[in-house]
Amino acid sequence: MKALAVYLMCGLETPELAAAAVDGGADLVELGFPFSDPLADGPVIRRAAERALAEGMRTEACLECLGAVRKRVEVPLVPMTYASLLEAYGYERFADDAVAAGATSLIVADLPAGERPELRRIQLVAPTSTDERLHLAADQTDGWLYLVTLTGTTGARDRLSPAFAGLVARARAVTDLPLYAGFGIANPEQAASAAKLADGVVVGSRAVEVAEAGPEALREYVRLLRAAIDAAVPAIID
Amino acid sequence: MTVGLYGAYGGRYVPETLVPALDELAEAWAEAQLDQAFLAELDELLRSYAGRPTPLTPAERFAPGKRLYLKREDLLHTGAHKLNNALGQALLAIRLGKQRIVAETGAGQHGVAVATVCARFGLECVVHMGAEDMRRQRSNVERMRLLGAELRPVDFGTRTLKEATSEAVRDWLSTVESSYYLIGSCVGPHPYPEIVRELQAVIGTEARAQFIEAEGRLPEVAIACVGGGSNAIGLFAAFVDDDVRLVGVEAEGAASLVRGRPGVLHGARSSLLADDDGQVLDAHSSAPGLDYPGVGPEHAFLRDTGRAEYVCVDDAEALKAFRRLARTEGIIPALEPAHALAYLPKLDAELVVLCLSGRGDKDLEAL
Repeated sequence: MKALAVYLMCGLETPELAAAAVDGGADLVELGFPFSDPLADGPVIRRAAERALAEGMRTEACLECLGAVRKRVEVPLVPMTYASLLEAYGYERFADDAVAAGATSLIVADLPAGERPELRRIQLVAPTSTDERLHLAADQTDGWLYLVTLTGTTGARDRLSPAFAGLVARARAVTDLPLYAGFGIANPEQAASAAKLADGVVVGSRAVEVAEAGPEALREYVRLLRAAIDAAVPAIID
Repeated sequence: MTVGLYGAYGGRYVPETLVPALDELAEAWAEAQLDQAFLAELDELLRSYAGRPTPLTPAERFAPGKRLYLKREDLLHTGAHKLNNALGQALLAIRLGKQRIVAETGAGQHGVAVATVCARFGLECVVHMGAEDMRRQRSNVERMRLLGAELRPVDFGTRTLKEATSEAVRDWLSTVESSYYLIGSCVGPHPYPEIVRELQAVIGTEARAQFIEAEGRLPEVAIACVGGGSNAIGLFAAFVDDDVRLVGVEAEGAASLVRGRPGVLHGARSSLLADDDGQVLDAHSSAPGLDYPGVGPEHAFLRDTGRAEYVCVDDAEALKAFRRLARTEGIIPALEPAHALAYLPKLDAELVVLCLSGRGDKDLEAL
């Protein structure tokens, strides 16, 4: 079965939303720890970060949110943030406290492979990554490799990036680790197409938008994604 | 693996998508510096197009009792030092085969310089500018449009240079295969701080020779305003191995070196205005070119090692110096270098070279 990861911004309603996402069929939840200047993010997640910061979702509050989500769900939880938060909190301390609060690993959007290799985290690769960098990222990544499907920021696109298939092929050539595809995947059709090639699919901006309508809407959205992925890639029963 | 470090500062804190382009840029830059044809073309453009060398002007009436010399980057084509960098990077962009140039601008001086070189070389030009800066630097907005640049207003967050830079990086992130990011200061991921420093070093190289010619010796102090820090680093570059004090003057409300803390912004680790959680704070300065919560990583390094000193002056002091230079020397400076001018009375030194980084026409409306 292909994995479905859902990104949510940390906030007061996040534990409830995460539970709904898992109920709808999410296998992993990424938790955004908001940063004031999120370079990798498009307008939807940037605005969600602005709102979260305005509500006081600073690092401590986000770690508490992570702990509260951990109490509600059993799936892997992965904080996704930017280096400035870790710089202020302490890189090792951040990683340790995140794990203590229930995190499985960590994603730092502006810390590419090679920078601070001692910090164990999930590495991202992109269509622009050279084979050499794919190797480096695969060597350093924690458990799975995050494939950025497109050249750009987070956010919904009309169609799955044409660069994605080539990236999957190149990544498969350098690693046996699971490959999860994210950025630009918003609807069930795109999720199904991506799942045919990758081992997992991450939905972010659209999930954040849908989550604004509450847990019920999110559960239903995730259920549709799950159904589309499972229909496209039937589980092998052995 | 970590590249481009100034002590504990600098590096490459960017999304993976940009790393290969930064590697490519670093390689092209290294090759260009060894390419006599590239260097000769840049020299010729600086001479016949930009107007280099710029004069070194004694300012006796402004600073009685001192031997103050102004390095006149205000007389460079487009009215500020920014063109030194824009010309050099445009040649790099052409070398890399990029036809679309993306840039950020604060005061609009860098945007004008980029629009100028794009017009000169027939390149497509997209400039991201905060809506607040567009309001307070309207004449530069008009100049950029006249030069054929496409302006993209940034209407969220601080609506100033910080957000404009973020949007320029996001633009580049989405168009990296066809676009060149022409950063305006010695900030950003490696190799940008190094490229900008080297392209602005012409300020210091000329000033040092001119000062020696005028006074028969080196100055005691080289002083410049610091926002991102490009005119200062260009001036300092020529004096860093001399027994010359280096002084950087920040705006009171944007004192990322005087009051900052280590943090990561726009691709580099440096000294920032940030809170305990690493969230970047808003800067406040009447000088849009200084209105930035970060600073080039090399300045943070020079501060920590004690090689350079950093101080700040407030808006009112800068405005007073702005008016005083106009009345005593017949030179209307930009509000940015007016900060360096304002610090002079507090400077315990007689022989001083000051980088007058730009002219003040752009600021008249905002006064």
